[in-house]
Amino acid sequence: MTSRESRNMEKTHTTLDSTLDSVDKAEDLVMKEAAAAGFDEDEQQQIGMAVRECAVNAVVHGNRYSKNKKVHLDIERSKESLAVTIGDEGAGFDMGSLPDPLAPENLLRQSGRGLLLIRAFMDEFDLHPRPGGGTEVRLVKHLPNR
Amino acid sequence: MSVKLTSRQVGDVTVIDAAGRITLGEGASAFRDMIRDLAAKGNKKLLLNLGEVSYIDSSGIGEMVSGFTTVTNNGGQLKLVGLSKRVKDLLQITKLYTVFEVYDDEADAVRSFH
Repeated sequence: MTSRESRNMEKTHTTLDSTLDSVDKAEDLVMKEAAAAGFDEDEQQQIGMAVRECAVNAVVHGNRYSKNKKVHLDIERSKESLAVTIGDEGAGFDMGSLPDPLAPENLLRQSGRGLLLIRAFMDEFDLHPRPGGGTEVRLVKHLPNR
Repeated sequence: MSVKLTSRQVGDVTVIDAAGRITLGEGASAFRDMIRDLAAKGNKKLLLNLGEVSYIDSSGIGEMVSGFTTVTNNGGQLKLVGLSKRVKDLLQITKLYTVFEVYDDEADAVRSFH
């Protein structure tokens, strides 16, 4: 389900099931908005990957694939930036509990690199409790002056 | 498109040609199964050709690391060739350039096993 409103900013809200198909859908939706905003192909791919990592976290770690829990995707597109908020309905998340994926002793760990990639590809990253329960991540990428 | 994986022999080196997307789900699990299968069959010189891979997410990176560990623990080597700029960037960001031997040219990569 997607709703859209428009003034100086294009806003869409989409509610997604907790499935891996939703991860692909979230990535596709945001990449289309990134293209419409004027980001180049590399930037679109970076934004898409950051969203993909967040959506995977929401589906897999937050909602744990629950049929009863949804992923909430909000996209705000302006002339200056693209902001994406992804929320889950899970039990919450303590970022401090994650080991540093760049520490030598962690380089061969199979998982734990998602947030590193998100931070590398986006200009702003904020993770906070979602109103009503769960976790919400807000990502912002500013359009470069070209 | 998910990942497509095929293997071929170049002398005693097993080259795995990957194409498509290595992401959470079918792509990453197919990749894991292939590496484990080749390692279990005694292949110790594995070269992963990522030349046709358009996209790898953190799960795909995790499977590459897991494959590296599996092959190394089996007394073998897993090296990489044909990385796109985007995949090279991922290895830089994650510091995995310090883990994997990476080559631009397949012939150079094959020679490096000897």
